[in-house]
Amino acid sequence: MDKIRMIEAEQIKKDLPQLSPGDTVRVHVKVIEGTRERTQVFEGVVIKRQGSGLRETFTVRRISYGVGVERTFPLHSPRIVKIDVIRRGDVRRAKLYYLRKLTGKAARIKEKRN
Amino acid sequence: MNKAIIGKKVGMTQIFDKDGRVIPVTVIEAGPCYVIQKKSKETDGYDAVQLGFGDLKEQRANKPLKGHFMKASVAPKKHLREFRLADAAAYEVGQEIRADIFAEGDLVDVTARSKGKGFAGSIKRHGQRRGPMSHGSHYHRGPGSLGSIDAARVFKGRPLPGRMGGDRVTVQRLQVVKVDADNNLLLVRGAVPGPRGGLVTIKDSVKAQK
Repeated sequence: MDKIRMIEAEQIKKDLPQLSPGDTVRVHVKVIEGTRERTQVFEGVVIKRQGSGLRETFTVRRISYGVGVERTFPLHSPRIVKIDVIRRGDVRRAKLYYLRKLTGKAARIKEKRN
Repeated sequence: MNKAIIGKKVGMTQIFDKDGRVIPVTVIEAGPCYVIQKKSKETDGYDAVQLGFGDLKEQRANKPLKGHFMKASVAPKKHLREFRLADAAAYEVGQEIRADIFAEGDLVDVTARSKGKGFAGSIKRHGQRRGPMSHGSHYHRGPGSLGSIDAARVFKGRPLPGRMGGDRVTVQRLQVVKVDADNNLLLVRGAVPGPRGGLVTIKDSVKAQK
């Protein structure tokens, strides 16, 4: 598999922030609208990281106008300009699917204490 | 056919293009191949080149095989394949062929032996639909009716269970996404038949370029 890793290495981002499930993040994504290009911000909780190498993705969940919205980004995509980690969450599992059933106060995540 | 090379499927991954879109690619270790023999109209009745790929252990080559490679002054190779190239006469025996005969954006046909599926039922093998699983159906994954009773036989070509896979499959018009000449790697858009590590042959597409 090392030949595949070698090909992927060229595009893998090395300056990624440490990102784990439960963290609240602000993802700056480049959006192309016709000819114009602008940056869109998507803020929410990371509910999973999936895959490995260049294929790795992460999913961010937020409640938008009362509706849960989940967006999955390729972690190494050049369209992701920046990922800001706002808050580190203290969670006990790798995939936070249980958040989908919870609303309001119950859907809060404790902040990690160092 | 103008270009051909033998390679080994390494596996699949994905890369981002310049617009940030994801492209699924198959990585193929293509070459280096060597021209082992040239066939010509006069001596063999047709024009072709025979390419060798992958090193063979010295003790695995028998005497006739060693002699065959000796003629091209190339170390014995594991795989030999013949290609009827249009300009076969232009090649020289012993010439090295590398992945860089292909360029980014070329369309290629990739041929390989598909993964064997063993004895498969008609749902997997022919895409038939299954019967109801419940309500006392008792008919789940069978092949269905075999035809009229009047014929008193089953016609040839009736889709029935049997051996599936392990066939020679060609996928046409795959785009070359990237060429890594130093490491003899070709990145081809999309999937290629066969398991990882399987032998594949890559030719320029018989269908129109672009």
